[in-house]
Order: sequence, then C-alpha cells, then structure tokens
Amino acid sequence: MGLPARRQEDTEARVAHLVVPDGAAWATEVRKQAVSRYLAMGLPERRDEYWRFTRPDDLNAPQAPPAAVVDFKEAPAFGEVDRLKVVFRDGVFDAEASDDLSCEGLEVERLQSATAHDIHWSKDVYGVLEARGQVPVARPFAALNTAFATDGIVIRATERVSKPVNLIYLHENPDSDAILHFAIKVESGADLTVLENGPAAARFNKCMEVDVADGGAFHHVRAQGRDHERRAVTHMFARLGQESAFKSFTLTVNGVLTRNEAFIELVGDNAVSHIAGAAVGDGDFHHDDTVFVVHDAVGCESRQVFKKVLRNGAVGAFQGKILVKEGAQKTDGYQISQSLLLDEDAQFLAKPELEIYADDVACSHGSTSGAIDEDALFYLQSRGLPRPEAQDLLVLAFLAEAIEEIESEDIAEDIYGRLEGWLQRRRQ
Amino acid sequence: MLKIDNLHVRLEEEDKAILRGVDLHVPAGSVHAIMGPNGSGKSTLAYVLSGRDGYEVTQGEVALEGQDLLDLEPEERAAAGLFLAFQYPVEIPGVGNMTFLRTALNAQRKACGEDEASAADFLKLIRDRANSLHIDPDMLKRPVNVGFSGGEKKRNEILQMAVLEPKMCVLDETDSGLDVDAMRLVADGVNALRDDGRAFLVITHYQRLLNHIQPDVVHIMADGRIVKTGGPDLALEVETNGYADILQEVA
Ligand SMILES: Nc1ncnc2c1ncn2[C@@H]1O[C@H](COP(=O)(O)OP(=O)(O)OP(=O)(O)O)[C@@H](O)[C@H]1O
Ligand SMILES: [Mg+2]
Repeated sequence: MGLPARRQEDTEARVAHLVVPDGAAWATEVRKQAVSRYLAMGLPERRDEYWRFTRPDDLNAPQAPPAAVVDFKEAPAFGEVDRLKVVFRDGVFDAEASDDLSCEGLEVERLQSATAHDIHWSKDVYGVLEARGQVPVARPFAALNTAFATDGIVIRATERVSKPVNLIYLHENPDSDAILHFAIKVESGADLTVLENGPAAARFNKCMEVDVADGGAFHHVRAQGRDHERRAVTHMFARLGQESAFKSFTLTVNGVLTRNEAFIELVGDNAVSHIAGAAVGDGDFHHDDTVFVVHDAVGCESRQVFKKVLRNGAVGAFQGKILVKEGAQKTDGYQISQSLLLDEDAQFLAKPELEIYADDVACSHGSTSGAIDEDALFYLQSRGLPRPEAQDLLVLAFLAEAIEEIESEDIAEDIYGRLEGWLQRRRQ
Repeated sequence: MLKIDNLHVRLEEEDKAILRGVDLHVPAGSVHAIMGPNGSGKSTLAYVLSGRDGYEVTQGEVALEGQDLLDLEPEERAAAGLFLAFQYPVEIPGVGNMTFLRTALNAQRKACGEDEASAADFLKLIRDRANSLHIDPDMLKRPVNVGFSGGEKKRNEILQMAVLEPKMCVLDETDSGLDVDAMRLVADGVNALRDDGRAFLVITHYQRLLNHIQPDVVHIMADGRIVKTGGPDLALEVETNGYADILQEVA
C-alpha cells in the first residue's frame, strides 16, 4: 500500500537534496532502513490525526523558511553551571568552541567517527530506539533524521559523571537547516546530565535516543527558544531498564514553531520517568508537546507535567498518551497539561489519553485551560504588589509544578531567571 | 485617619445598590467595630476601601489621612497604609508564603522610596512575628493559604498585618473560624500593634472578640448604612438581644 501520488512526491522532494552520509556497513544499513521507513510513512499532513493541532507545512518544505538571527542582550542559559560545552554552529560541530570532553566515566565521540567503526556500542542505540518509537504512531521527521543526520555526538556514561554535558546550538546563518542526532547510553549504575540550549538553525530537526540500563539515571534540561523565527521539530526516544530513572524538562520561550515529541518506554521493573515542560508564548508562537509513554514492566512510575502560558495569539498544543501494556501491573501514571491564557486571543489544544491493558494500575490525567485568577491578583495587589508584578508572580507560580521536576536547584534557578527575564521584557 | 463620607456603592454587573450612604470617621489611635446582620454590606465596604473591582462608587468620598483613596489602585492604597484582613483569605498555589511576604514587604518599601529589607533582617522579622502568633515555621514554607485550616488562614492574615505594619487595619470577621486560644493570639497580635499612629476597623458578629480587642466605638450597619453608633456596650446589647430591637428603633 503506497502513499497517494501527491504525498509521495512531496515526501521525496523533501529529501531530494539530502544524502545519506558515509559510514561503516552497519551504519549505512541503519540509515538506509530509516530512508525506507521515512518513504513508507510519508510526510505528515494536516488531516493526519497526530498533526491535527500543528501545521507541518514549514517542516515539510524542502527548503527551510529563513529565520532572522537575533542578537540577545541576555546571557545564554546555564552560563553559571560547571559543565562540558559541546558547540554546534548551524548544525555543525565546532571543536574550537567546545570544551575538552575528557571526564571520568564519560565517553563522547562525534557521530561521523562513531558510525565509521565496524564495532561500536552506538550500534545498539542509533536508529534502534527511533525505530521502536515508530509504532504505533509514525514519526517521519525522526526517521528522516536517522537517515540523513549530518552531525551529532554519541555519549556513553559508565559511572556517575560529575559535570553535565551541555549541547549548545548557535544559529548564525538565516537559512540554515540543521539535522543533528544524539545517541546516548547510560550504563548500569551510571548517572548523566545533558543540558541543551540555543536556537540551532533557521530550521532544526533534532533526534535524541537515550538508552538507560538497569539502575542508571539520566537527567535532561533544555532551554529552547531565543530566535523568534526559528522552527524546530525534536524527538526524544528513551528506553528505561530496571530501577532506572529518566528526568527531562524543557523550557520554551520564543519560536514560531516548535514540535517536541517524546517516546518513552519503561521496559524494566520499577523504572521512573518524569517528563515536564514549561512554555511561554507571546504573539506568533506555536508550541506542541507530543508525548507517548509506554509502560511495559511492573511497578513503574511515570509523570508528565506540561504547562503553557500564552497570550496575544500564541497557540499551545498537547498530545499525551500513557499506554499501559498487559502485565504492567502496579503502574503509577500521572499526566497533567495546563494552560494559562493571558488574553482571549491565545489558544490551547489538548488531547490527553490513557490506554490501559493491566488491571492493577493507578493512572490519572487532567487537562485544564484558564485565565489568571482575579481573586489571587487582587489579594496580591491588596498587599502592595503592583498588578504587573502580581501577574508575573502568578505566572511563575503556575509554571512551578513543571519547573520543580528539575532536580538540580542551580539549574532550576537558571530556568526561573530566564522566565523572569522574559516576563520583564514583556512588561516594558 | 480614615474618613468615609456619604459613600454610595452599587455592583457593576447588576444594577444593585449595596452601600447607601455610609458615614464613618475612624481617628488615629482608635479601634472601631462594625457589627450588623448578614448581607448588610460590611464586606462590601471593606472591599471598596481596598479597591476591589466590580463595585461602582456612585457618590461620596473616602480619605486616608486626607488622601483620596478612591482613585488609587489597590497596591497604592496598600502603600498608603491600608490593610484588609480578608473574611475569606485567598489560596495561591505555587507561591510560597515566605516569598509572598517578602515580595509584599519589599513592594511597599519600594513604593515608599525605602530600601528592600535584607534577607537576614526579613527572616528575623518573620520569625519573630510568626512566633508570637504561634505560627508553625512549616506554614511559612507552604504555598499561601493552600491547605491551611480556617483558623490558620486567619492567623496568616494577622501575620501579614504584623509584618507590613499598616496604618489603617480593616479586619473582616477575622474571629470567625478561630478557636478560643487562636482568638486570644489574634487579639494579642492586634493589641500589640495598637498605637497612636494607627487605627483599626474591626468587622465582627461576636462580642467575644471585642472582649479581647476593646473597641472605642461600635457601629451597627444595616442595609448599607451605619444605623447606630455607640460605645462598647452596644456590642453587648447586640449579643443579648440581636438586631431586631435596634433595627426597629431606627426604622
Ligand atoms: N459580587 C456580588 N454579586 C452579587 N451580590 C453581591 C456581590 N457582592 C455583594 N453582594 C450582595 O451585597 C450584599 C452585601 O454583601 P456583603 O458581603 O457586603 O455582606 P456582609 O455584611 O459582609 O455579610 P456577612 O455578615 O454575611 O459577611 C449581600 O446581599 C450580597 O449578596
Ligand atoms: Mg462579610
């Protein structure tokens, strides 16, 4: 069963100018399979159920729509954190600007180099988790990424890594169309933190695969945004072993289009997965969180906390599904998606879903959308807070539940600082 | 301190007059009490004084130390020295009580052109005030009023008052929901603040609070007006006979 002719044409045109990079036989095979997957799925269309809330047009276009490079006064995120910097300029690794990445328990290698070896640990991760995440819902941009990613790194943690690895994405060319891929393996008992920040490119397709072995822990904090006109489609695929932990938080400010997908599989007993997001949008801003969590083991816990503050025509979307497979007893699943609409022009679209095939589980989900609480606003004003300050305090309070998912207090502070900056700039 | 002249207020949403000519003068250094049947307009008066939306002043004037209050935003009224202890304190999930108190104190200092309190000074102030109101330090860490019992909420109002040290304190049924011991604590908190430069307007249904906070003057409000004014004895009369006699007498 092929695609309709028109869709097939568009799908082929989208990648006509891309080439599958050279590599070892296994890597070439993985990439070729990804090309087939991509061609079979085809590009998304507006009428696809999974793209109901978000127009894929700008992501489907063969050329990236240009995005002005903005010179921000504000310092970039995580500047105060003692970290290992890995810098990409418009999707190309910059060794000069990056730190020396030697650190105990940490192996970092450029994607080109890792996939050139006949034998490499990344073979068990690269394109593997992505392929698993294509069922039951197609994620064509992730397959495209595996097939054509031009750069990226692979990271292996073998013990507790003392410093976070900070992926820094610089955007300097208004027409850049970057495809980056990251394959990460957290070995048994190891602990790794990955930070990400920066706009990356005019259009950014990023795929991160994270394999967390038994008892491993992975922490992820991302500050996404900055350049207003940039577009991004990102995927996070994670597979969690027994008693492992996965915690991911994303802050999004600015960006005309952001689609963040996550596909998390809990395959070992008693694994924990927390994924959270705070997005603030003003004006031409469309932000979409699409999350799929699969419970396929006993006694696992998953939490999804997504909050959006929207105004002036900004649109937020949330699609979240918790799938509890047969036999995944004692599952504890919690999902909340909420929006705070600061005016009547903002819009929030949500589709929370539970699908449960085990009988001994505790799952809850909820989605709300509301305006600022006038009673709380008046209460704060009556204590002397000027209305704009009172409103900002309530906005931060609304986002707090998501930000609290960040384990490191310093990093959480950094995120709060970013939000305060955003709020302050809106006030002027 | 507070001067209310012929205040008429109606609801913005529906065409309904709630206050129909309130006259009230609370001099500095004094405690005035307002009693009155449910729905007579006591809370409305308190809200209008503090500048809540939804009310329209159709006539009259309100001045705090000679400054016209009615044109000011709620936060400007707070900076001018007005404080309302709410009948129903508002819960604010996500905002820590401590952050709230510090932000409020600093906002008011800023409005008055003063420096912000240092972290150490602030902490000392809060500990001291919380301690005398028997407020558990745990309550300071929790979000504002969230999950507080009725009595804890009321004590939290008085804590805010003790920290902000306003000139004109309006207490709307701060005693309702308090147990006997908590009422004494709250009264002590109020009494500790009594001085020549400060005034209190205490709205209550019960004489009991007034045993602890001795009022100078007691007013009876009915149907949007002050219908009778007297000394502390007036509260005792209400306690024993209810409002029927008084309302009959002024009708
Ligand atoms: N927002 C509103 N919408 C409709 N009616 C209102 C509103 N606010 C006040 N009222 C009405 O105005 C009247 C006065 O209310 P208010 O709360 O001031 O009374 P109160 O004297 O404080 O009563 P209580 O002793 O029960 O606290 C009541 O009839 C009340 O129903
Ligand atoms: Mg009342």
